[in-house]
Amino acid sequence: MTATVVEPDQTQRVRSGRHVERIGLGALLAAGVLVVLLGARVVTGPLAILVSALLFVTIVGFIVIAILGGPEARRQLAPYGLLKPGMLWLALFYLAPLFTLLKQSLSSLPSRFAVEAEFNWSFGNYADALTDFRGQFTRGFQYAGAATILCVVIGYPLAYVIAFRGGRWKNLLLGLVVVPFFTSYLIRTIAWQSLLADNGPIIDWIERAKLTGPMESLGIMDNGRLLDSAWAVIGGLTYNFLPFMILPIYVSLEKINPALVDAAKDLYSPSTRAFRRVVVPLSLPGVFAGTLLTFIPAAGDFINAEYLGNPNTTMIGNSIQDQFLVQSNTPLAAAMSFVLMAIITVAVLVYTKFMGTEELA
Amino acid sequence: MSPNPGSVARWGLNVYAALGLVYLFIPIGWIVWFSFNQPKGRFNLSWQEFTLDNWRHPFSNENLTNSFVESLKIASISTVIATLLGSLIAIALSRYTFKGSAGLNLFLVLPLTTPEIVLGSSLATLFLDADVTRGFTTVIIAHVGFQVSFVALTVRARVRGFDWTLEQAAQDLGASPMRTFWKITFPLILPGILAAALLSFALSIDDFIITLFNAGSLQTFPLYIYGSFRVQFPPQANVLATVILVASVALMMIGVLRSIRREQRA
Repeated sequence: MTATVVEPDQTQRVRSGRHVERIGLGALLAAGVLVVLLGARVVTGPLAILVSALLFVTIVGFIVIAILGGPEARRQLAPYGLLKPGMLWLALFYLAPLFTLLKQSLSSLPSRFAVEAEFNWSFGNYADALTDFRGQFTRGFQYAGAATILCVVIGYPLAYVIAFRGGRWKNLLLGLVVVPFFTSYLIRTIAWQSLLADNGPIIDWIERAKLTGPMESLGIMDNGRLLDSAWAVIGGLTYNFLPFMILPIYVSLEKINPALVDAAKDLYSPSTRAFRRVVVPLSLPGVFAGTLLTFIPAAGDFINAEYLGNPNTTMIGNSIQDQFLVQSNTPLAAAMSFVLMAIITVAVLVYTKFMGTEELA
Repeated sequence: MSPNPGSVARWGLNVYAALGLVYLFIPIGWIVWFSFNQPKGRFNLSWQEFTLDNWRHPFSNENLTNSFVESLKIASISTVIATLLGSLIAIALSRYTFKGSAGLNLFLVLPLTTPEIVLGSSLATLFLDADVTRGFTTVIIAHVGFQVSFVALTVRARVRGFDWTLEQAAQDLGASPMRTFWKITFPLILPGILAAALLSFALSIDDFIITLFNAGSLQTFPLYIYGSFRVQFPPQANVLATVILVASVALMMIGVLRSIRREQRA
């Protein structure tokens, strides 16, 4: 084969390759959209049958093209085929539910005792969510924010010591950080309830160490009690989400070449400045990922507030759970869930822009 | 050698980190210690006296045991499904460069940045809307949902440095694509897949919030603890929690030992 023959042949292949890629991506996206339409029941009745048929054609058509196409086409279609089962699962059980949640949040219950809500563009649920539950929203974000800050304060030094001074014990120490989280989340929180109780060991130590006065003036203790307070809730959140902070920080610290720190010191930078100028900036992606992984679950949590707090320290998670599962007011619960997700999404976007990191996972 | 400010700061930091580790283990100590307690009432929350009875009869509380078995079943099934779906996604994302991979990558992260209460309540509205009775199957569906992203991202992180030209080499030597996958690719990515499966099993067995919304009348281990905590908290709960802890530590130790042995061989 001469060069003059190979060249057009190759461009042809590249061009047809782009074509094949477009088919693969198109089939995947189309199947995803159809699955969402069906799952969220946007289409019902005869239309649903049509959409199902269309979905079937998209999937089978994709397989047929992959079989009939040559090995090159198959290679290019392979990733879309591999992605399809998992992505369609997520489309049906992650995306479609968000649509039903949105629909539910714009529905209303015809009467106080009705179970089935009717969709009628009732934005009143959002008004109720924002006015009646403003306190819960505020507390939810405040407590989650405080817990996130505490997690950085406790977790960063711990991750630093393991990464830079762990030596051959590194893996073991990292294992020790993870191990507590293989016991039940609920029982861990119940453990804190028992530990912080009025006749529990921690109050006992504080009293013996004569620290009751200072703890009271710091506002951590109230009338000699630790439990059933905002600080107990924040403490519980901090504890339960701490590994989500430590692990990403550790990963980013571990990647830092110690020679960089040595270089800074060789250039007569005092070690605190070497830390500030070299280690901190390089570990920011870890702190970024850690804060997201801590703040997001903490903001929606209700177990810590239920077991460690009092009726005045309930968070938005408690209200959603109560409205959905106890009061059966699903439209209101849906509206609150949506507001929670919207606020978190906006916060994450702003924070991402501010931190300038695109590496999330 | 006289102590200089540098070494004081150094040791100060080490002590601070050590205290952080102690903090992580305080409730764990409580859980293990209280599994040996002989509670006076129905709540195993204040220390009475030491006993081995709870360990001799770990399954004496029938409802607790049933819920524990239910959790094991759910975690096993959902982990198998999620590991399969998630690993395929991970292979697609790390093995190939293709159109739309950036967007699909972002989509994969989204479920992990959605609060559990939103995941749980939205899925529950889907089931309510479609008149699906919530129970065993819906809980498995719910668990697979958050496990898929988790498995995909974990496996992808593990195979990031994988040398895909090995596949090319095998095929150049005449191996079929199928044979190449099972003889070369699969054994090399298997440790990553197993690690992801183990962690997602742990996530499933301990999941509470999403499960609560989608379980209907089904009782899993965490749901049983939650439901019964109003009226009782049996010491057997601590026993089973300790068993889970010991089992996962053992599995982790096996993993660590294997990686050490591999390093020694290399």
